[in-house]
Amino acid sequence: MKIIKILPLVFAGIIIMGSSAFAKCGISGGSIRILANDFPAIHAVLSAAEKCAGGGVTFTKNTTKEHRNIVVAGLTANPAEFTSAVVANSSIVPLLNDGLIRPLNDLVAKHGRGLKKHQLITINGKIMAVAFMANAQHFYYRKDILKKAGVGVPTSYEDVLSAAKAIRAKGNMQYPFAFNTKKGWNLGEEFINMYLGYNGQLFKPGSPEASINNSKGVATLKMIKSLTEYSNPDFLTFDSNATQALWEGGKLAMATMWGSRAAAVLDNKGSTPEVTSNTNLASAPTVGGGSTPATTLWWDGFTIAKNISNKDAEATFIAMMNGISTEMVKSNNDAAVWLIEGFVPGKAATGVSASASAGATPYPMLPYAGLLHSALGSELAEFLQGNESAQQALADVEAAYTASAKEKGFL
Amino acid sequence: MPHRTFIYFILPSLLSMILLIAVPIFSAMTQSLFIAHKQVVMVSETCDPFGCKKETSVDAEATANLRVKEPLGIFNGFDTYTNRNHLATSEIIASWNVSTGWKDFFSQIMNLPFYKALAFTITYTFVVTPFVIILGFLIALGVNSLASWVKGPTIFFSLLPMIVTPLIGSLILFWMIDAEGILGSTLQRIFNDNSLSLKASPVLTWIMLIVYGIWHSTPFAFIVFYAGLQTIPHETLEASMLDGASLWQQKRHVVIPYLMPLIIFVTLIQLMDNFRVFEPIVGFNASANATSLSWIIFNDLRGEDALQLFGSAAATSMLTIIGVGILLIPVLTRIWKEFNSKTV
Repeated sequence: MKIIKILPLVFAGIIIMGSSAFAKCGISGGSIRILANDFPAIHAVLSAAEKCAGGGVTFTKNTTKEHRNIVVAGLTANPAEFTSAVVANSSIVPLLNDGLIRPLNDLVAKHGRGLKKHQLITINGKIMAVAFMANAQHFYYRKDILKKAGVGVPTSYEDVLSAAKAIRAKGNMQYPFAFNTKKGWNLGEEFINMYLGYNGQLFKPGSPEASINNSKGVATLKMIKSLTEYSNPDFLTFDSNATQALWEGGKLAMATMWGSRAAAVLDNKGSTPEVTSNTNLASAPTVGGGSTPATTLWWDGFTIAKNISNKDAEATFIAMMNGISTEMVKSNNDAAVWLIEGFVPGKAATGVSASASAGATPYPMLPYAGLLHSALGSELAEFLQGNESAQQALADVEAAYTASAKEKGFL
Repeated sequence: MPHRTFIYFILPSLLSMILLIAVPIFSAMTQSLFIAHKQVVMVSETCDPFGCKKETSVDAEATANLRVKEPLGIFNGFDTYTNRNHLATSEIIASWNVSTGWKDFFSQIMNLPFYKALAFTITYTFVVTPFVIILGFLIALGVNSLASWVKGPTIFFSLLPMIVTPLIGSLILFWMIDAEGILGSTLQRIFNDNSLSLKASPVLTWIMLIVYGIWHSTPFAFIVFYAGLQTIPHETLEASMLDGASLWQQKRHVVIPYLMPLIIFVTLIQLMDNFRVFEPIVGFNASANATSLSWIIFNDLRGEDALQLFGSAAATSMLTIIGVGILLIPVLTRIWKEFNSKTV
């Protein structure tokens, strides 16, 4: 009888001990809701973070290419729809502008001892995000095709043009070059990369006024136009998926693509061994006789929302620290150029590391950079189709940017 | 019908129209008169994986305070309507003063985003609508004269272009006309030109979008006219045949007058729908070559990085409504005249 009476207590004890054993990562409870972009490196981080779920801790994630369209609305709600948003240089800006993310100084002091100093994104001393990977557009080339055409590896865009000319002359490939020139965000990004390669200033110092209608802007447009002459005529529809597909299909000899595509390009899926084994990565080319690679450096990191409980914030921070742990990096070494302790740069990381060491500029984290980026993306297509002059195109960009900046309250 | 019964009869429709049409339009109109508050900026020390520097950033608290006090924003009057992204009145006056001739003036206007979109929208509307009506009528006549066992399947296949979701239909066509796709490479072979690309030139893109629009909307006209053809009284047709009318004269003097109300109806619907063309531009990734009024509203609201321009989108919406109203004036006056003549 006594045994039967104490049996329920024994069972209860076992269950309680069992459930506390499931409180992994040392989190007592809370809800973790993450919003992020959709590419393999992010999936690696979030799968590692997801291991902290269970035992009172709920975990949901939303990985979508449209994350930038929903992040502001999602974090403005109170309580916020997401406890953490994975952001990059440009997508953190609207969150900072609207005050939607919280400073992480105390959480980093408590749980972030393993973080390196350059992983902390600070503004006026407040840590607003923890970065875990770097990315940049850089140069990819097919060493077999360059060898057949008898040209060396190009180190500047002028070299790229002469190499493309030689490849076309030898009859090997009609359109040997491609980069992400799809009208919209991609085209704007290519302009900004090239313009910064010429050491141009996007804005007048300390002011939201655009200053791209100058000789460097015209030179940038002329260089982009010359490069598109060696691209398939449909270049105004090329986004990163299209250029990757062209590369893996063996249709290109040289390309400027994102470093985050390297793992997919170099793996055994989607392409032939001839293409994969002959693909080499290099730093982004310089241009106009300068020494700065014509590209911008990007970081990806996670933030914690402001409009959530402190318990959820702490749970999310601990889970994301698990997501960016050294163990995760060791099992996904080649998925990205990790900024985390334990990363061993492989072939897939050569382009980004080379661009960074050559002194490439980071993408500007200015509140009005996105407006100029949109204006560039929409107005430059006409110039590339040969319908207007470079000066007219740049004047159009500045006028469109000024109208939007006035409407958004920057001017 | 006594007025009271009439009011009760239409009350549900009237209420839903007020709630779901009038109120949103009024809200958009109010929105179009305001712009966002000034952003309060400050300089701060920003550190990232690539180094530290002094950068401008927005003072979130100060800006939020402004917004709490006046949530709608700063009153801008009709300035949003006349700014560069819309009617661009000051830019047009400036171009008029500096341009060297009609052609130069015209090309400078086409540089402005609103007028570029308006040009394509109007071209699309006034080319697609007549083609849809004529083709729909011819197909209806053709199907009407088929053997009955073939009619059913033919009607089914003729309706398919309209049933396919516009976005999916245009996406599939986009892949087919790609230079590597079946239609694209066939065209290249026919014209013996390896650099021919329907996506690269504005003229070809416009033609492609218009052809897609006609293909997609013709079934609507076809099914309406086909239904109308069933109601034509046989006696009138037989009488005209006895009078010695040829096939063409029969169509012109009997069939078309009977179908005239339906033709006006289809014209009305097509004018309104084609003026709001949007899905083909997205599906064909054609925004580099062709934009429409609905597309620029979408572009303003797409809101990557919270850069949505609500006032601008609202102003374009109002201008679209005014445009549709202007287009429909001839058709509506005709209906009004007929209504008045009937009641007399």
